[in-house]
Amino acid sequence: MVPNNKHALPSGTDEFLKGFWKQNPVFVQVLGMCPVLAVSNTAENALAMGLATSFVLLMSNIVVSSIRGFVPKQVRIVTFILVIATFVTIVDYLIQAISLELHKALGAFISLIVVNCLILGRAEAFASKNGVLRSILDGLGMGVGFTIALLCLGAVREIFGYGSLFGLELFGQHYQKWVVMVLPAGGFFTLAGWLLLFNWYETARARRKTLKEAVA
Amino acid sequence: MNDDSLWSIFINACLINNFVLAYFLGICPFLGVSGKLGTATRMGGAVTFVMLVSSMCAYGIQVLLVQIDAPYLKLISFIAVIASTVQLVEMFIKKVSPVLFRALGIFLPLITTNCAILGLALFQTNKGYGFMQSIAYALGAGLGFTLALVLMAGLREKLELAKTPDIVKGTAITLMLAGLLSICFMGFAGLSN
Repeated sequence: MVPNNKHALPSGTDEFLKGFWKQNPVFVQVLGMCPVLAVSNTAENALAMGLATSFVLLMSNIVVSSIRGFVPKQVRIVTFILVIATFVTIVDYLIQAISLELHKALGAFISLIVVNCLILGRAEAFASKNGVLRSILDGLGMGVGFTIALLCLGAVREIFGYGSLFGLELFGQHYQKWVVMVLPAGGFFTLAGWLLLFNWYETARARRKTLKEAVA
Repeated sequence: MNDDSLWSIFINACLINNFVLAYFLGICPFLGVSGKLGTATRMGGAVTFVMLVSSMCAYGIQVLLVQIDAPYLKLISFIAVIASTVQLVEMFIKKVSPVLFRALGIFLPLITTNCAILGLALFQTNKGYGFMQSIAYALGAGLGFTLALVLMAGLREKLELAKTPDIVKGTAITLMLAGLLSICFMGFAGLSN
């Protein structure tokens, strides 16, 4: 560790962990909202979507970072999108082969991973400027962060909307289901709720920090 | 009402299954560009136009891909067509009306990654719409997008004058508004019967 050297690259672990919290793609950067809201109506869908997106993110990060040397600047965005589209097609057919039911539940949103701004954003902002190893760590971290965020949303919506988690009944027969949580509006409300929680925690932490500094 | 008539496809895409509020497509520009009424309207116009053009192209591509028996190329060719359509529209507007070009600014290239447009192309091929039906679908989706964007912009302009607690400012309060709008639009579901 060389804390004085500001230009030192962050360590590999930092590169991996930043996606979890500090730069969480959903809660902090607010990227890739469309799939987050659309397929988070049950925890299972959310998990599947998170894994599919993570896979595409990881693979596109690897490819983009390894070809970054000889792609001309003018056509880089188109190249990145074509790379992403290739992997999304692979994932689409993979899911279809594994579980047709899941494929139906996710619908067109698997194909729409192509235009998830998170993936293009990482390709442009990180993979096109860093080596393969670092890009793998970045892709993994961001993917896990994205999956966690999706799971948070999906779990809350499934618990309130269906009274279950991963298909397991939680509350027994007398539970009155909150239908609105499964409907599109519920997605907006749940995400707003999580963002509130995040903001509240961050402000509380910042306040504690300034208090501590004032005391010291 | 006949489900496949042009008018019902149009109403369906515009109100009942509004792309933004029911399908969650195009949320990024919906949250990003809905701050001011003027930009929201222009953005809606640009998106509607790109939707119309790319929907027609997507129809052609689908016919072609079915003929050469290569459905796995669908996604890649759609996204390539959308990217080049946006580029063409950009050049066209720059040539014809530099004023409009300046007004739209950064929003034009960003339309490429608007999932509403790719979503539209995918949905219309999944539903097997013909040429005229595709056009009606694209027009409805575009108008629906514009409607949602304009409504949201109006609400947010009012919201700026309201007293809101610090921690809900920004994205959180916008999402809550979107949720309420989405509930309102659920009322249109009655139209489909």
